[in-house]
Amino acid sequence: MPILAPIGRGVLRFLEIAGRLALFALQGVTHAVRPPFFPREIGKQMVEIGYYSLPVVGMTAIFTGMVLALQSYTGFSRFNAESAIATVVVLSITRELAPVLAGLMVAGRIGAAMAAEIGTMRVTEQIDALVTLSTNPFKYLVAPRLIAGTLMLPCLVLVADVIGVLGGYIIAVYKLGFNPATYIKNTWDFLKTIDLVSGLVKAGVFGFLVSLMGCYHGYNSKGGAQGVGQATTNAVVSASILILAFNYVITALFFGA
Amino acid sequence: MDTSKTGPTPKVRIRNLHKRFGKKVVLEGLDLDLGAGESVVIIGGSGTGKSVLLKCILGLLEPEDGSIQVDGEEVVGLPEAERERVNRKFGMLFQGAALFDSLSVWRNVAFGLIQAKGMRPEQARIIALQKLSQVGLGSEVSELSPAELSGGMKKRVALARAIATEPEIIFFDEPTTGLDPIMGDVINDLIVQCVHTLGATALSITHDMQSARKIAHRIAMLYGGRIIWAGPTNEIAHSGNDYVDQFIHGRAEGPIRMQVRA
Repeated sequence: MPILAPIGRGVLRFLEIAGRLALFALQGVTHAVRPPFFPREIGKQMVEIGYYSLPVVGMTAIFTGMVLALQSYTGFSRFNAESAIATVVVLSITRELAPVLAGLMVAGRIGAAMAAEIGTMRVTEQIDALVTLSTNPFKYLVAPRLIAGTLMLPCLVLVADVIGVLGGYIIAVYKLGFNPATYIKNTWDFLKTIDLVSGLVKAGVFGFLVSLMGCYHGYNSKGGAQGVGQATTNAVVSASILILAFNYVITALFFGA
Repeated sequence: MDTSKTGPTPKVRIRNLHKRFGKKVVLEGLDLDLGAGESVVIIGGSGTGKSVLLKCILGLLEPEDGSIQVDGEEVVGLPEAERERVNRKFGMLFQGAALFDSLSVWRNVAFGLIQAKGMRPEQARIIALQKLSQVGLGSEVSELSPAELSGGMKKRVALARAIATEPEIIFFDEPTTGLDPIMGDVINDLIVQCVHTLGATALSITHDMQSARKIAHRIAMLYGGRIIWAGPTNEIAHSGNDYVDQFIHGRAEGPIRMQVRA
């Protein structure tokens, strides 16, 4: 059946890529948990992912919190539920918006940078040079990025939680005339530990995925500048899709029952 | 064709090496021996598999078939940790220098000392500066980044990095490509001097016959996936091999037909 052949080829190609990615991830994780470690590289990546992403994540969080408060007000005021705004803002930010938006912003900023850097190292034989200097590229390049991504995105999301709630507070109090004490009380009263924890778990997973996609596509890039460009695009697109897919999976695991 | 040097245990022994990429056969039963302290140059046209051969020896590529022994130890299919141990015997000068963009010049040179030998950075820096001086570079370049260096300086830094760990075997991949003739000769002199000082075994690949004549004890020609001629450097002009004659004289006419497509 000629019509089935392309479908079969597509499925095989998908399975091949999934298998390669799984093996790459396994190898990366194995090296990330086994000494020797490269503390200088890990520190450098933590600063790059955590510290330098703060402005973009902070800006995203504050405007998201502000928009959320404004939209909730215009919607909820139709059935006199304005008092729920604080709860809606804090739950939306901590459970969903902070981890997902921070993940997507970091995917654009860090995933692309990782793919470009490692891809350039690949096409200029710098990765081969690492091997000739008895340094495992997975241990030196991939493991520090996986560790830093997994640890730093939860930190960023924690900051985004605070800034996002602050954004909602600013609009609610200074624009919509809410009582500050009541707004803060409503925020705290309805916030449960699981709301924060689920968001931070998501952030950890998203950080790992962003780093994994950046490293995987960079490491396997070929063909010079065009190949590096392609790797960068693939890293951002695949990380973004995986973030959205895993967001559903983790949400279902935490709150699906 | 006897491609081996005399002696029972060569530093590197390659037998019946096969490597292909898809349908393209690159190495097809290659045999080669490198004696201890010997400098061998492999010549051959573009795309004949010279770099692939080096990468197979270093474990960067896995051959489909054949044997590669280093000091009598089989290295094809070695596990990762064992491979790292064997690779400590090697140094390599890459065609494009392959310096790490994110590290300063001295950190590039000291990389193998710090990462592979576990040396403290302060001590490694002193050795790096010595090696830079050995290749004619002063301490003023040590804090520069590779992007600030000229092509010739990059090659010198890469050479300093290749010899920093005092390897037993050094590979030179097209060491003079892209350099002007004078800088090319400077690099040739440095290679000869460094290999002599270290007493290392050297394997170089090049198209540059002047370079080959200067740095080689023995020259081998790779064609059709095999070594088709090997002999002492001073015999290459009288090899009696049409392929070698065509190559060393750079003639378009002859038994070698250049492939237009890979």
